[in-house]
Amino acid sequence: MFSTLDFDVIRRSLGYLFYEGMTFTLTLTALSAFGGLVFGTLIALMRLSGYGLLGRIAGLYVDFMRSLPLVLVIFWFYFLVPYIGQWLTGASRPIKVGAFSSSLITFIMFEAAYFSEIMRAGIQSISKGQPAAANALGMTYSQTMRYVVLPQAFRNMLPVLLTQTIVLFQDTSLVYVLSITDFLGAASKVAQRDGRLVEMYLFAAVVYFTISCIASWGVRRLQARISIVR
Amino acid sequence: MNYNWNWGIFFEPNPMGTGTYLDMLLSGLWLTIRTALLAWIIALVCGSIVGVLRTLPSKTAQWIGFLYVEFFRNMPLLVQLFLWFFVLPELLPRAAGLWLKQLPNAPFWTAAIGVGLFMSARVAVQLGAGIASLPRGQKQAATALGLTTGQTYRYVLLPLAFRIILPPLTSEFLNTIKNTAVAITIGLIELTGQARSMQEFSFQVFEAFTAATVIYLLINIVVVTGMRFLERRVAIPGYISGK
Repeated sequence: MFSTLDFDVIRRSLGYLFYEGMTFTLTLTALSAFGGLVFGTLIALMRLSGYGLLGRIAGLYVDFMRSLPLVLVIFWFYFLVPYIGQWLTGASRPIKVGAFSSSLITFIMFEAAYFSEIMRAGIQSISKGQPAAANALGMTYSQTMRYVVLPQAFRNMLPVLLTQTIVLFQDTSLVYVLSITDFLGAASKVAQRDGRLVEMYLFAAVVYFTISCIASWGVRRLQARISIVR
Repeated sequence: MNYNWNWGIFFEPNPMGTGTYLDMLLSGLWLTIRTALLAWIIALVCGSIVGVLRTLPSKTAQWIGFLYVEFFRNMPLLVQLFLWFFVLPELLPRAAGLWLKQLPNAPFWTAAIGVGLFMSARVAVQLGAGIASLPRGQKQAATALGLTTGQTYRYVLLPLAFRIILPPLTSEFLNTIKNTAVAITIGLIELTGQARSMQEFSFQVFEAFTAATVIYLLINIVVVTGMRFLERRVAIPGYISGK
């Protein structure tokens, strides 16, 4: 059954697949994870701030994002970002936004909702005595957060944050719906050009599987090391 | 913002000749619900079996459970759908492959099975954790009473474990519904797909996506309310979340 397959197509397109596709995927994953973490932490702080309205807004944002399919959110931002850009810059027409910026904004906004829930759990896991002691030392709110609470919350939640990043890495493949050349997009373009769907999709599956497996194995090891320390 | 809003668009006839644009979205909703329900049944059945395997004393069973979960968890759902949809028919013997390709509603079955298996790995992990979280005494007491392994799971461990993991199962069910939207890539025109084609036909981007968004929010509210009700119904008095 493998006699009609031509696995050489993979070798011929390796450069394109990894240099164009994988670079896009990994850059998007890394930047979205970073941006999502920053935004997510802000949202978590808003939720825990104790100011009713601020907390409500943050809570609504998280619930809203988490009840929508990522595909729909990708479409939303793809069409919405040019208009928002126009509104921000005061241009006369909707501005042009590149495929990369569009998907980066989408993933940051989407992942922020998920990262914020993780950070919220992390912040809540810090015992009350910690901020109280910081207060007693005369630290301001932002100092308490920056030097006492957030570093510990981040450290405790690191395995979960990394696991979420692996999920994010897999989710970036959904930019396929915008015909963007990420890793899967590149594989699919070669597959359709050469009529080699089976080979290319199998190869894409193997690559995603290998990377995710190695990454989650790394996270498991990290978790084991961290849990011994405490 | 120079965008021509037209909220009346939902009541204008769609170019497919199947009623209004609203009818289009509702037929998408119906397909989303059907796909998600079938996928959820598959996820629950396969997930429960694998979840139990992961907790059995046999090392082989644990390995099978581990491999199953790793296989379905470490590939993007989109890639898995492509594997089932494009790759599997080619790798089967000719006759079987041809039969698969000519199946009516192939995207529907592929989506339901693909999403179902993808979610089953997550259900398995939840259930495994749920069983592991039970006090050791439960299993020991069952053994002491002379129950076989099958009976222990059937009458003691599973009823408790499923009650414990009901809240995370609710989110997994919601994830199942959301994940059916990925099947848009293999040609399943469910809710997101219908919103997308409405946008292509009518150019009313934001109305179409707003409608889809509102429908997804409503689905969420219905599911969350229903599951809360279920949680209260099955709660054991004096135990876990029971009163």
